[in-house]
Amino acid sequence: MTFPKNLKYTETHEWVEEIGDGRVRVGITDYAQDQLGDLVYVTMPEEGDEVTEGQSFAEVESVKAVSEVNSPVTGTIAVVNEELAETPEAINDTPYEAWFVELSDVEMPDNLMDADEYQDFVEAEA
Amino acid sequence: MDKKTPLYDRHVALGGTIVPFGGFLLPVQYKTGVLMEHNTVREHVGIFDVSHMGEALLSGPDALANLNAILTNSFDSMKTGACRYTIMLYPDGGCVDDLIVYRRGEDSFLLVLNASNTDKDVAWIREHLTGDVTFENISDKVAQIAVQGPETKAVMAGLADLEALPRKYYSFKEHVTVAGCDCLVSRTGYTGEFGYEIYTAKENAETVWNALLEKGAMPCGLGARDTLRLEAGMPLYGHEISETIDPVTAGLGFAIKMDKPFIGREALLAKGEPTMTRVGLRVTGRGIIREHQDIYQGDVKVGNTTSGTFCPFLKVACAMAYVEKDKAVPGTPVEVEVRGRRVACEVTALPFYNRAKA
Repeated sequence: MTFPKNLKYTETHEWVEEIGDGRVRVGITDYAQDQLGDLVYVTMPEEGDEVTEGQSFAEVESVKAVSEVNSPVTGTIAVVNEELAETPEAINDTPYEAWFVELSDVEMPDNLMDADEYQDFVEAEA
Repeated sequence: MDKKTPLYDRHVALGGTIVPFGGFLLPVQYKTGVLMEHNTVREHVGIFDVSHMGEALLSGPDALANLNAILTNSFDSMKTGACRYTIMLYPDGGCVDDLIVYRRGEDSFLLVLNASNTDKDVAWIREHLTGDVTFENISDKVAQIAVQGPETKAVMAGLADLEALPRKYYSFKEHVTVAGCDCLVSRTGYTGEFGYEIYTAKENAETVWNALLEKGAMPCGLGARDTLRLEAGMPLYGHEISETIDPVTAGLGFAIKMDKPFIGREALLAKGEPTMTRVGLRVTGRGIIREHQDIYQGDVKVGNTTSGTFCPFLKVACAMAYVEKDKAVPGTPVEVEVRGRRVACEVTALPFYNRAKA
């Protein structure tokens, strides 16, 4: 299980990557995909949607169940990764490349975990 | 307190994700995952620990008469060595369970029951037995392993005399030696593939399981078992049949013999032709439909789903459902409400998947 140093993490197992200009990309962590199992469907938001920190903005589905993906930040959906919607297995294969959306007008909250903190959090949860 | 099957330690050692199911701790999947396990059964061969299933023995001069009275099917014409699917009904026509009856001899039968219903079934049967019979719940003494998939025979070839295995679908042989162990082997399964179900004393479970693994069969969990049976259009108690869904509505008329008395017969007669029927739904829009979702045509609710998933082999989202009879024609467009959103589907015939028979 990997925990890239350049990302920030939530307690609900999303990652967020700052890409400059107040923009971020968001995905789910290696631990999350491992817990969920083979993913077969993603429900994405629309570009232009406003999302709120801690609120669900997408859904991922395995053969067994559906799970919500929460936004780590408040902002506006600038880009939806439509390619990911067609290849949900990429979330299992390369979770830190499989970004769901790009958000703009984001102010990074200070309650996100860094890689070491998140690794400790996961190990405590497991 | 959930029970462990005789293979519990093996599942943990193999990296299984253990979940409670039907009163047992069982692997929902191994590290391979549901998709790989499902498709391996469709294309190669997989093994399942189904030791949670219940087994009971009924014997004695009045055994046959009791089965005919308590179960919907008729067992008169059944030969020794045959298996027969049947339903057990409450007097109101709801299902106690669905089960398979194995005829071991003139007066001797094995009943295979759903895990979560075993205690209820055994109590129900015991309560209704009459005459000269002996009835014993042997579930805790018996392990059951299902070997399923087109390469089943290749795996079994190294472990048993193929000539000693049952040939016909829904037949069985007793005292077959598998990996040196005394087993009962039936040509049955819950995947839609060619395969066997192997029953043996729980002390033999690890030996048989390990031998099948060594021959190349992939261990598969409950997740794949459920997606395989759904793709094959097979009903599951608690979903397609239940205490409130009668077997005629479920399309299981082949297992009901109305020309003899049995518990629940009068209720089925009184109900008459059902207004709803069991169908398949295939998603034509976007999304996955699950159980307990409402089906619409426009603003009119026309049914509800009972099981649903993404079918890993067909690579399409499918569900089983009950719809009003006039909506059951294959190709009929409907919509399923999924968390406030409508997903376009069409009615399809069951099963979704039919194996190519050699």
